[in-house]
Amino acid sequence: MMQLEGAPSAKAAIVRRLAPSHAAVGRFGLILVMALMMAILTILQPAYFLTRENLTNIARQISSNAILALGEFAVIVTAGIDLSVGSVMGLSMIVLALAVHAEWAAGLAALAALLAGLGVGLINGLALTRLHLPHPFIATLATLNIARGATYLLSGGVPISGLPRAVRLWGAEDITLFGGTSFPIDFPISFLIVIALYLAVWVFLTKTRTGRHVYAIGGSPKAAQYAGINIPRNLTLVYALSGGLAGVAGVLLAGRVNSGYPTAGTGAELDAIAAVIIGGASFFGGRGTAGGVFIGAVIMGLLRNGLNLMNVSVFWQQVLLGFIILLAVYLDVLRRRAMRLEG
Amino acid sequence: MPALVEMRQIAKTFGPVVALNGVDFTVHSDEVVGLVGDNGAGKSTLMKILTGVHQPDAGEVWLAGTRVRFHSPLESRRNGIEMVYQDLGLAENLNAIANIFLGREVTHRTGGLRLLSEGEMERQGRGHLNGLQISLPSVFLPVERLSGGQRQSVAIARATAFRAQLVIMDEPAASLAVTEATKVLALIKRLREQGVSVVLISHRLQDVFDVSDRIVVLNRGSKVGDLRRQDTTMEDVVGLIVGKSA
Repeated sequence: MMQLEGAPSAKAAIVRRLAPSHAAVGRFGLILVMALMMAILTILQPAYFLTRENLTNIARQISSNAILALGEFAVIVTAGIDLSVGSVMGLSMIVLALAVHAEWAAGLAALAALLAGLGVGLINGLALTRLHLPHPFIATLATLNIARGATYLLSGGVPISGLPRAVRLWGAEDITLFGGTSFPIDFPISFLIVIALYLAVWVFLTKTRTGRHVYAIGGSPKAAQYAGINIPRNLTLVYALSGGLAGVAGVLLAGRVNSGYPTAGTGAELDAIAAVIIGGASFFGGRGTAGGVFIGAVIMGLLRNGLNLMNVSVFWQQVLLGFIILLAVYLDVLRRRAMRLEG
Repeated sequence: MPALVEMRQIAKTFGPVVALNGVDFTVHSDEVVGLVGDNGAGKSTLMKILTGVHQPDAGEVWLAGTRVRFHSPLESRRNGIEMVYQDLGLAENLNAIANIFLGREVTHRTGGLRLLSEGEMERQGRGHLNGLQISLPSVFLPVERLSGGQRQSVAIARATAFRAQLVIMDEPAASLAVTEATKVLALIKRLREQGVSVVLISHRLQDVFDVSDRIVVLNRGSKVGDLRRQDTTMEDVVGLIVGKSA
């Protein structure tokens, strides 16, 4: 039953090489789903789906949700939940638009929007760890309403349109990569930001002590406490990160639609949670990867895009999204059961 | 040479309940001490005072000839006293190496970032596991996929990885199958060979007699027996635990 590590047989070596790949199997399944969707869309819409225009369009459309999902993912790893990210994104947009209309420099306005997000995130974290509210659902449900209300109050309930190019370009424009070479690519700036943020959070969660502690807290708070990990500090950090990322998402969305409107991001927290769950993270904490969540966000984007291309009504789209969530989680249940039988 | 741990006349009350009533408790170097007694006899309270979870109302704790006062488990751990908790205290989703180093990760600086030194931790962790002859199907499996005995071994490896002088184990074999329990008991003997003392809290007298050099019996907050294993029998110890013998 116990294989001796010190004297590895060939079989043990194989077992060892295969053992850590279960996460990879899960991710491979996700990549397969993504590839399948792309193949189907290419066949159904050969003239349009694979065009540069459509692909960059998808990339721009999923940017905000991908970033919200990234912050939500970090929170869900700790076995928490952040319901406020949609409202925070809306607040960030309005703060940005108001600051720009008050003649603030573009960079300063974007910074203010980011800090608004970070601030609400910090409040979430402190409400959870200092006020000892029983579950993050409560604290973030409160800030969902507070941030949304503040957004209506600040904007007077009406959209604030017309942003300078320096603000719009983050969400709306392309950058030419490999410009000097024979393969120049026009790439959406917002999607580059998405990739950079995913890489940064991936490094943070998997390569740093704090990231390791975040996973440990999600896996077993008691073990984390025994190990002397400062749980309140780590939780506060994660909620602040989620809020800050929602702030970034707001800046990108404002740029894409060239305005701040007070209803922006209503219900977006549910899309973010959906991307995290489709991406294979466990709702009970401690499990999941940034890469999986990224693919989860892409799958949702492909679904929307494909159904739009095929003129499927948004009502049916929502029904289908629900089924995708069911399917994704059920596949995960099956995978875990197979793993347990094998182990 | 002073004893590794010497607790003198330890008293502790919780409200109206007298948990400990002037208990002396000594652990020498390279010694396995079995700590037995009925539920509520004060075993856990005594060990929680030793690890700094509780403060004694009266009495002194001496560590290798120095008076100490531990205000938290962190302080006792820094002084080489580790506790293996009954619920193991492992992060189920992390692998054996990550658990051994949890809260004490090795890091290095790369390009201004402080990153985990996975390779170094794996090398040290494997060395430590091999030294204790602990074998796992893979050090990269999340510990939730290991058997009960393997997880117990990882918990003990974690407790002893950082120059521990004394490891306190609370019912380490209680929930294990017979073969696995045997392995954990062998591990306790191996720790003693490597110069680590062990306090074994257990209701399984067979286990206690198997590995202990000395057996301390508590009964309703008082020490009623402190016997070398070869000088006593299981009947004597049972008598002391239930409190009928003189």
